[in-house]
Amino acid sequence: MTAIDREDKFMREITYAEALRETLTAEMRRDETVFLLGEDIGVYNGAFGVTKDMISEFGSARVRETPIAETAYIGAAVGAALMGMRPVAELMFSDFMSVCWDQIMNQAAKAHFMHGGAVQVPLVIRASSGGGTGAAAEHSQSLENLCCHIPGLKVVTPSTPYDAKGLLLSAIRDNNPVIFLEQKKLYQTTGIVPEESYAIPLGLADVKREGSDVSLITYGRMVQMCAMTAEKLRQNGISCEIVDVRSLVPLDIQTIIASVKKTRRCVIVHEASLFSGYGAEIAARIADSEAFYFLDAPIKRVGGSHSPIPFSAALEPAAFPTPARIEAAIRETL
Amino acid sequence: MADIQGILDDNALMTRIMEYLMLVRKFEERILDLYEQGKLYGTTHLGVGEEATGVGTCFALKPQDCVLSSHRGHGQTLAKGADIKAMMAEILGKEAGANRGRGGSMHIAAPASNVYGMGGIIGASCPIACGMALSFKMRGEQDRVAAVFFGDGATSEGAVHEAFNLAAVWQLPVLFVCTNNGYGMSTPLRKAVNDMDLTKRAIPFGIRSYEVDGNDVLSVYATVSEAREYVVTRQRPAFIVEHTYRTSGHSKSDVNRYRTQEEIAEWLDKNPVARFSKIMLANGFSSDELEAIDARQSSLIDEAVAYAETCPDPVATPEGLGMEAYAE
Repeated sequence: MTAIDREDKFMREITYAEALRETLTAEMRRDETVFLLGEDIGVYNGAFGVTKDMISEFGSARVRETPIAETAYIGAAVGAALMGMRPVAELMFSDFMSVCWDQIMNQAAKAHFMHGGAVQVPLVIRASSGGGTGAAAEHSQSLENLCCHIPGLKVVTPSTPYDAKGLLLSAIRDNNPVIFLEQKKLYQTTGIVPEESYAIPLGLADVKREGSDVSLITYGRMVQMCAMTAEKLRQNGISCEIVDVRSLVPLDIQTIIASVKKTRRCVIVHEASLFSGYGAEIAARIADSEAFYFLDAPIKRVGGSHSPIPFSAALEPAAFPTPARIEAAIRETL
Repeated sequence: MADIQGILDDNALMTRIMEYLMLVRKFEERILDLYEQGKLYGTTHLGVGEEATGVGTCFALKPQDCVLSSHRGHGQTLAKGADIKAMMAEILGKEAGANRGRGGSMHIAAPASNVYGMGGIIGASCPIACGMALSFKMRGEQDRVAAVFFGDGATSEGAVHEAFNLAAVWQLPVLFVCTNNGYGMSTPLRKAVNDMDLTKRAIPFGIRSYEVDGNDVLSVYATVSEAREYVVTRQRPAFIVEHTYRTSGHSKSDVNRYRTQEEIAEWLDKNPVARFSKIMLANGFSSDELEAIDARQSSLIDEAVAYAETCPDPVATPEGLGMEAYAE
């Protein structure tokens, strides 16, 4: 569905946080096995307001406020999932994954495989991701690549309210543990979102903007940054295509390859540390495909600094890709 | 405590307990044999000497109860009703194994018997047991508990303490079963904890605890029965410390440098299979009957090994393994 079609059919605009809440609410009404657990998701509404007022409708048994004990409640979510429930756990900050990493990487991710396929772990772990909020080194990281490296996990990160609603529905109905990374800078952004439920399948990239001169392969908050850059370059006669990866695992490499073959140039942009980041995987996959023969310039990557995220407003922007850095990388390919 | 005399009077139950104690013992001994013959790949953790903990505990559970076995969990898994042939085939790495050769000794699962082996990371099963119990509670399954086995070493793990707290504050029907064999691999309990009375670990969480001679299968059975009754009627967790000893090494690499031969010999004398044999004899069973049980269990092991050895190896490609990591 193109952006134009969406506009014709649905004119309602809501925020990214509201879009997530609509899916959580609809799925909990539809399926009794779906329940929420996490820190301060009840009367506090969740640290970012995603679960606002849900405890009034569903009660404290299904909107379950947990102690500050990530290992305990993520592990409990794994156990409930093994028993056929569909828990949706919230980690206030994706940085907290480190605290319960064993439950994620050893228990949730491996149970299906190491039990010979006899069990499933239909679990969603929602976590706020990324920086730009002055939350400093332990509340600002983009840790998707840690998860992408663990077989058995799916990893999803929506960039728009529309995608947030549809991808979360697919994540909840998936029979695998899904790490659902929400961009904290995007929670209050708005977009056109249908009222009814719909699914966006995991494993489908989305061309957010069509163009002919260069492909910007990106995801999460950086889709916005790339759009700003593309808009500026359009005025200089440079046409950028933006491919939003959306689902990092499983990866839709075909959409990326098709785009690169069309534009013959590629810049990969992500907020996470560039070194050993997800962009390296995409670059390698492009170089290892038929798209390699179409390239008119080396593949460029723009990513975060290989440093902890600094606090000061004067320092923080240096840790992330900016439109200026993205533009510079694009110009190197032209 | 539940009625031990009632168990002593139940010949069928007594026979079944003896069968399983012997089966578990022979299972572990046969695995050691297979190792020595070079027929087993990888590693395994044997529980020779700990048979009464798995058998006594799992016999006191109901079929609908879930068990999260520990890394030393063959006995727990067998006693909960897992198929011995599928277990042996798993340990031999075969496609017909309980986990199709994907898990091995440490991860044997038997969902049909409600066994979910999750033993590779010490203490990690305790939060998972909380989630299982939570699902029972949310679905109104009142007569169902999640029992999780872990060793004395695990009581220093944060995951165990977090799980104690969660189970207590959410009032979850979890049976935390600590098989205290005195050592976390080679480290004696006295070097790992300041207070060797592990039952005290439950006190700050307001969890009721029980303590039992884990080499006395009848006491284990009776104690777990009582604890299970408390858990289902009060819908609260309980903690059971079962004192036992592993006369076998930690794993096949163990050369017993951390304990004396005298200590091992002392515990061999107290081993639960011999102890229960004496109780059987004192309660009207004949030595012929015990020998007959012994022979039957040996045949079961022989059959399981013979079956497992003829099973085909699994076949895989890198791409195929990658696909298997995900459920449909």
